[in-house]
Amino acid sequence: MTAVSAAGVWKYYGDYPALKNISLTVASGACLALLGRNGAGKTTLLRILAGLSQPSRGTVSIAGLAVRDPRARRNIGILGHGIAVYEEFSAYENLRLFAGLYGLADPHRAALEWLERTGLDRVKDGLVREFSRGMRQRLAVARAFLHNPGVLLLDEPFTALDDRAIVVLQSLLAEARSQNRTVILSTHQLREALELATHVALIQRGALAYAGERTPIMLEDPGWLYRTYGEA
Amino acid sequence: MSFFRHAFQIAAKDLRAELRTKEALNASLSFALVILLLFSFAFDPTAEQTREISGGLLWLVFAFAGALILNRSFARELTNDCLDALVASPVSGAALFTGKCLANMALLVAVELICLPVFGIFYNVRWVHRFWPLLLTLILGTWGITVVGTVFSALTVNLRLRELMLPTLVYPLLIPALMAAIQLTTGLLAGQPLAAELTNWLKLLIGFDIIFTALALGLVETVLMG
Amino acid sequence: MKDKLLYAACLLAAWLVLANLSVILLVLPDEAEQGAIYRIIFFHVPAAWSAFLGFLLAALASVAYLVKRNLWFDALAVSVTEVGLVFSIVNLITGMIWGRIIWGIWWTWDARLTSMLVCALLYAGYLMLRRAVEEPAQRAKFSAVFSIFAFIDVPIVWFSIQWWRTQHPQPVFRGGGSMDPAMYKMMFANWVPLLLLFAVLSAVRLRQERARSEIDALRREAHAL
Repeated sequence: MTAVSAAGVWKYYGDYPALKNISLTVASGACLALLGRNGAGKTTLLRILAGLSQPSRGTVSIAGLAVRDPRARRNIGILGHGIAVYEEFSAYENLRLFAGLYGLADPHRAALEWLERTGLDRVKDGLVREFSRGMRQRLAVARAFLHNPGVLLLDEPFTALDDRAIVVLQSLLAEARSQNRTVILSTHQLREALELATHVALIQRGALAYAGERTPIMLEDPGWLYRTYGEA
Repeated sequence: MSFFRHAFQIAAKDLRAELRTKEALNASLSFALVILLLFSFAFDPTAEQTREISGGLLWLVFAFAGALILNRSFARELTNDCLDALVASPVSGAALFTGKCLANMALLVAVELICLPVFGIFYNVRWVHRFWPLLLTLILGTWGITVVGTVFSALTVNLRLRELMLPTLVYPLLIPALMAAIQLTTGLLAGQPLAAELTNWLKLLIGFDIIFTALALGLVETVLMG
Repeated sequence: MKDKLLYAACLLAAWLVLANLSVILLVLPDEAEQGAIYRIIFFHVPAAWSAFLGFLLAALASVAYLVKRNLWFDALAVSVTEVGLVFSIVNLITGMIWGRIIWGIWWTWDARLTSMLVCALLYAGYLMLRRAVEEPAQRAKFSAVFSIFAFIDVPIVWFSIQWWRTQHPQPVFRGGGSMDPAMYKMMFANWVPLLLLFAVLSAVRLRQERARSEIDALRREAHAL
């Protein structure tokens, strides 16, 4: 079953194409590592897949539904560069808010459950404003996974995470994989990503230079992909 | 219906956040009271003059104070990229917009209801006997300001010079609504009944509100999507 | 070929204006109340018509952009808005000159003049908005939204100000409603060259906007390499 599909996606900024004819399909349960240099178009593509940005041409669907369909959006969890939680609210209030927006049956319990899973239960009534960097990142992760989305879109998730947060995220991603949920993550951290990934896609100046399964050689020699398919 | 549920959730969130920090509320209220005071010094109107300018004075104060609240409306979503999380969620653009309008409306009407007695005291104007038609005018006029102001708050949120762009774009658009509200208020405070001429201004105000609410609801999703 | 067409249109416009001017200045009689200066109406009113035409075209182009997302429509919108704004300023200035000569004051809150002033403010705001947005597609989208809001507001502004003025009357330029048919005909006759000028200016601006768009894209591509 195809979980995420992009067909003929182009994104123009004015007359300049930031994404050129991207077509890829990601099956349920796969974990796709989206690789590429800075400015290649990874974030642009992820934002389009998340429904935050409209492609200039082409379509995106999540489990067969158009990405802006509310049913599709209920099924997507995003983790971007910003933590996307409110400073003036407590950890609990933030999760309770998003649980309500996503229409969860018991938002109160869901919030408490995820506070515990990310190790924030003891500070649940603390304002985010007062949290350390690591705590904020863990709250962001909780927010992304809170509604048990079938598709997770993560933009450079391992950047700026402290050790505890990395552990939490890795275990959540492993669990997501075992539950046949789909993960697409963009990254510079080749090693961590390639360990988790089942598939790999390389974006080069807006175009898809490679898309396929992750092979053993990629794991042994992370630079291989760039050397073989990328430009110097 | 999830539209209303989402709209109320968003409105509640905004109100809770604002009541916790009271930033925009305090700024708006102090600004309004200061202008009221300044106008009194600047013009030192007689009783007769006050009657003639009361509507204009009040609505200018409301419009300026309102800009502070409206600016904050979408600006508060910029920290930590919260707007992305909201747009990616199942909440529709129209529901997000409506929720914010409701919150902004509540805040602005609260500021106005505080300004009204202050105005009455400083300018020696009796208004209590016309409270209900005045309240109707307040609500209709403020809704016009809120609806146009909120949609452009969404539009200008990512722009440079946001604080300048919002009033520049919104005030000319609001001229018909402000004019109607001003005429109504001046008329009501001068003792005119809500009939004949005044009803025409009332109809204009209602028409404005309906047209621009519909237009805003139709275009807000376009504005929010990147 | 395109250039020749534009030059030809310019020449035609100039010729028509001169032809009209000869009629205006030499043939038509002075108006009863206002004397010689009323002749300014033959530029004052068609300028307003041209301005509103510009704003209407801009609104239509804006809708077309939002539907098709083709930047050509955005270029069209900004071109006709700018030219429309120029004509609205012509209307305002000729109005002020007229007022100064008849009543000795530069500005009265005459309903038509005030409405035109508000429109000019609205569309000046449109141009300011464009300067505040860097990214072309986003700029096009935001200006399109504002253009639609502005155009829908125009009749409401017009109506509310008319009404305000009937309640608190001020002197108006043209007293009664009726006008000598010869004068009416001349207003339309003089609109033709103004429309030609409108078309020429818009075409030139449109071409410039498209060129700028292309340069912008090339620059982005160069930076990316």
